[in-house]
Amino acid sequence: MEKKIYLDNAATTQTRPEVVEAMLPYFNVMYGNPSSVYEFATQNRKAVDDARGIIAKALGAQVNEIYFTGGGTEADNWALKATADAYENKGKHIITTKIEHHAVLHTCEYLKSKGFEITYADVDEYGIVKLDQLEKAIRPTTILISVMFANNEIGTIQPIKEIGAIAKKHNVLFHTDAVQAFGQVDIDVNDLNIDMLSASAHKLNGPKGVGLLYIRNGVKIRSFIHGGAQERQRRAGTENVPGIVGFGKAVELAMASMKERTDKEIKLRDYLIKRVLAEVPYVRLNGDRHRRLPNNANFSFQFIEGESLLIMLDMNNICASSGSACTSGSLDPSHVLLAIGLPHEIAHGSLRLTINENITFEEIDYTVEKIKEIVDKLRKMSPLYEDFIRKR
Amino acid sequence: MYTAKVMEHFANPRNMGEIENASGVGTVGNAKCGDIMRMYLDIDDEGIIRDVKFKTFGCGAAVATSSMATELVKGKTIQEALQVTNKAVMEALDGLPPVKVHCSLLAEEAIHAALWDYAQKRGIQIEGLSQPKSDISEEEHVEQY
Repeated sequence: MEKKIYLDNAATTQTRPEVVEAMLPYFNVMYGNPSSVYEFATQNRKAVDDARGIIAKALGAQVNEIYFTGGGTEADNWALKATADAYENKGKHIITTKIEHHAVLHTCEYLKSKGFEITYADVDEYGIVKLDQLEKAIRPTTILISVMFANNEIGTIQPIKEIGAIAKKHNVLFHTDAVQAFGQVDIDVNDLNIDMLSASAHKLNGPKGVGLLYIRNGVKIRSFIHGGAQERQRRAGTENVPGIVGFGKAVELAMASMKERTDKEIKLRDYLIKRVLAEVPYVRLNGDRHRRLPNNANFSFQFIEGESLLIMLDMNNICASSGSACTSGSLDPSHVLLAIGLPHEIAHGSLRLTINENITFEEIDYTVEKIKEIVDKLRKMSPLYEDFIRKR
Repeated sequence: MYTAKVMEHFANPRNMGEIENASGVGTVGNAKCGDIMRMYLDIDDEGIIRDVKFKTFGCGAAVATSSMATELVKGKTIQEALQVTNKAVMEALDGLPPVKVHCSLLAEEAIHAALWDYAQKRGIQIEGLSQPKSDISEEEHVEQY
């Protein structure tokens, strides 16, 4: 197959042509600064406000609860650091999970170095956070619970509503990193008792370099980027107008197509999972079979290493991702796969395929055939497989 | 990320496979870190490495360094094979990314481990060869699904 098959939509997505088209005038035609007073700039103010309105509606939030950032990582950093800053008089304890994105985990490590105590809640073998453990971890000094909406590697969707209820019951703030979930699953911040939520445009066919933090009215966290009065004085810096316009357009399109798009993705995903599990020996599916993102499949192939698999898929024009250590530069494989209980050697042989609605069944078939060929080839090279066959 | 040479050896590994009744077999690395290399040597009475095969569980660099290492020792004397350092393997591959240098060390150790096994089997000593340090642990086992 000559065409590239892009199966790494959890890494980033293609910016939709409609999104690019909506953004373009804000570079060279309507390039005014939204903070300026003259007529020329007011259209930029309006464009930012319109995007904010679309996004607020999509989350069930108020317009003044949406703050644009430079991306999901900034939003996570802001939520955690600013909460720590604003609420440290109440206490210095934060609860999160072992499977968060590094944007949360490394921020927690930083806060630990500043004297905060962090509890990392366990997840079960499917990657679902253990609610009883989470609730038991709450202390009078707990100021924040941060649990991702859906996991970026294994696609597991957390029981967010239950976690929101636990947080509310104990009067603790609840932040969720919804970078992977936004645009793929329904989110209503009030229904789910979410106090803060991070999202990113480029995961839902928007541009890179723009994200948001939802902050419920009444939550007292302030800016950690200081400067001008933008974003109600909570996030200084001239607005990324084209990016924000693109984000708004992407969310509008994602919301309008959600049902149809995710139904299609789920059919493709389940077909992919079914074929791989049926046709490749010594394989397992990572994550929950049903409580998972519509676009995510994650497998571990025994006796082989993920990076080799990725390079060979790339040679066949298939873009994918792995939880292998070799893709990260450390010797340890993915913290997520270890947290769900995989032994190191199984975690090393993992493959993440994240589809989109434009992938065809034919492309899935081609991918499965290539996976079979490559896994077979790598196993023939593997001393682990040789030992396994000898022992049988 | 990788040089053209690394990619070429990864795509077309030389001397991949096993040798029945090999003169020496060495396995280094461990599955926990994601790299295991096994070298098989067929050494004749003159002490010449007549044939060499490898099997590797690991990343692209691990496969390419194994492949290159086998090329560098094939047809050589034991003493010549001992001179094949990780640096020589890396140079022959036009370099490796810094995080992958350990793969070349593993390739060097795999050769040494196979030579050590050969010496043990023959009850001889090879000058300049001491027991390789990172031989695969016996307790290491792979869980099955």
